[in-house]
Amino acid sequence: MIGFSPSEEQNMIVNTVKQFATDVMRKKFRDCDEAGEIPAEIIDGAWELGLVASCIPEQLGGAGWEHSALTGTLLAEELAWGDLSMAMHILAPSLAILPIVEMGTEEQKKKYLPALCGNKFTAATAAFIEPLYDFDPNEFSTTAKRNSGYTLNGQKCYVPLAAGADFILVYAGEGEERQCFIVEKGTKGLEIGEREQNMGIKALATYELNLKDCKVPAENRLGGKKGSDFNRLANLSRVALASMAVGVARASFEFSRDYAKERHAFGEPIASRQAIAFMLADMAIEVDAARLLNWEAAWKLDRNEDATREACLAKSYADNMVMLVTDYGVQVMGGHGYVRDNPVELWFRNARGFTTFTGMAIV
Amino acid sequence: MIDFEISAEDKVKVEEAHEIAQNLFRPISRYYDEHEHEDPMDLIDTMWKMRGKGFLTGLGITGALMVEELCWGDAGLYLASPGPGLGGAAVFAAGTQEQWGRFLARYGEGKPKWGAMAMTEPGCGSDTSAIQATAVRDGDYWVLNGEKIFVTMGRRALELSEGIIVVWATVDKSAGRAGMKSFVVEAGTPGMKVEKQEKKLGIKASDTVTVVFDNCRIPFNNILGKAEIKTKTEGFKGAMATFDVTRPLVAAQALGVTRAALDMLRDELTKRGIKVRYDVPRSKQTAIERDFMEMESNWRAAHLLVIRAMWQLQGGTPNALEASMAKAKAGRAATLITQRAVELMGPLGYSRKLLFEKFMRDAKINDIFEGTGQINTLVVARRLLGYSRDQLK
Repeated sequence: MIGFSPSEEQNMIVNTVKQFATDVMRKKFRDCDEAGEIPAEIIDGAWELGLVASCIPEQLGGAGWEHSALTGTLLAEELAWGDLSMAMHILAPSLAILPIVEMGTEEQKKKYLPALCGNKFTAATAAFIEPLYDFDPNEFSTTAKRNSGYTLNGQKCYVPLAAGADFILVYAGEGEERQCFIVEKGTKGLEIGEREQNMGIKALATYELNLKDCKVPAENRLGGKKGSDFNRLANLSRVALASMAVGVARASFEFSRDYAKERHAFGEPIASRQAIAFMLADMAIEVDAARLLNWEAAWKLDRNEDATREACLAKSYADNMVMLVTDYGVQVMGGHGYVRDNPVELWFRNARGFTTFTGMAIV
Repeated sequence: MIDFEISAEDKVKVEEAHEIAQNLFRPISRYYDEHEHEDPMDLIDTMWKMRGKGFLTGLGITGALMVEELCWGDAGLYLASPGPGLGGAAVFAAGTQEQWGRFLARYGEGKPKWGAMAMTEPGCGSDTSAIQATAVRDGDYWVLNGEKIFVTMGRRALELSEGIIVVWATVDKSAGRAGMKSFVVEAGTPGMKVEKQEKKLGIKASDTVTVVFDNCRIPFNNILGKAEIKTKTEGFKGAMATFDVTRPLVAAQALGVTRAALDMLRDELTKRGIKVRYDVPRSKQTAIERDFMEMESNWRAAHLLVIRAMWQLQGGTPNALEASMAKAKAGRAATLITQRAVELMGPLGYSRKLLFEKFMRDAKINDIFEGTGQINTLVVARRLLGYSRDQLK
């Protein structure tokens, strides 16, 4: 039966996250962007909401909740509404947890998941993007060659929290296949580079990785002999990022809408002019449009159906949408949008990243 | 629950609508585009018989999905198909049960009939508060006077059948918007005359006419909603409730034409060995792939906005904001997507041998009737901002 209202449980999660985003994230996000770091208490506070490790089975220390991409998109939107850097930081452990829970071997689950069920935030991450303008996840230039174990070679970038993670899930091409490999901290041949400096998401620590003849044991291939389902992981990542784009866009829309009602020009609020009001209307329509497309893709993923087309369309639509909407956000505010006293320029910078951000979040 | 699963019952209805679109509409699509004012009698009879069996008698999500399918076949022929149309939707939205019976029962019996709605006048379109047509009470009657233009399906409703027309008129010009009421006039009522039949850019299988009212007397209880003028806007709001139904429906028409263009474009590309790769990065996409994905996602997004507005309507949730969002989005998407399809198909797109150029012409009306894209954007903006008409003109 077609429906558009989140379940009671989903509403509860959304409200909890919304509260946290309003009370905690929004209070500090500008400072974090300027300082390039996020205080541990914010991250730990988010961790205590229990959303990230919730899908880990109970016997391994998690809550054993059934995973839902749709619920994930709802909470990721709220987190990203709070702040994108923080949202990506808070959700980074999912980049390792979710693939292991869904596709890992029993041994992999036992070995890596319990450490991620603690009371405090524990970093874990995945390395997906490569530093090429024509980076193509269909043909990773990072390779995994089978010998006694696997030898990894290649370069990765935009790896969130790489310096602090005990292990990194590395995506690589293995012949014709695309597979993931668990690379533990300190593995010979794994070099974690300097922290990256980007246009936006400045509070999120991301790193370049070099893999030089980096050898991992055969049992570190995600899913063991069976391997993992790259398409599904890529799609779960697409809906995660698309929902974050919706969150960022909604933030910009709401802020510039409120501003336009306050700001007077020619004797009345600028919102009472069609030139401004129509931009705001388009922003609202586009935010809703992108969200609905993304919900449909996530819903399909929850049914375990192939949703590559839906997820790609939703991601691509959201990528365009968030750029348009955050641009309007700055435009509505004019000069006041351009200065760093106001947040719309931050959202505008963050928005530009979404076409680059692939595999940097998963729900 | 958030769910995108169409019920099994609806799936059957949608498939049935698609078969009709494919087998009955498409084969005669071009003919009635080229023979503008002819009546597709075989199709009319078939659609009327289908209606008798319950085909497309519901509104809501089911209705929107079916309308999209039929307009995938041909938007003009869909409008030309007999049924209560926008007039019926107005009666349904603003009428009493007694009126439903009196005016709508005819659409389930006898010969084919159409319904129409008359709002636009030579001097006013989007600004319905400027309507000049008058309704003056005379005992048990209303006397209508005025001229209405751009009445979709007016000729077939009033001259080819015993249909109805819903007419908007003012009962008190000094009351402004509050004096605006809608009235049902039955075919054959003396004092009502169908005049000029428009020649149009597209949807040529539908008829669009001028209807003139010259001391046209109708029973007092043909008014939709209350006769008295209460608050400043109450009467007008009642009449506007019609749009909550009709805007998503018209948006669904837009989606049908749009998807027709997309499907045909995909077929033509396939013939040339081109398959859209959804999962390649932008740096490796071809221009056609990039365009196609933009077009398809815009169509789908508009589709979901329409379904959401209908879902609200079904559940009794106010949907005026979302109905206008859906209409604004779908009208614009239809316009842009069908234009792009013509462009991408080059000489094939521009030629009347194929239907791309027709889709583009047919699509354009959807950003105009039932509120232009701009009027719907204005409605969205006012609601988002909590502004009145005076605060946001």
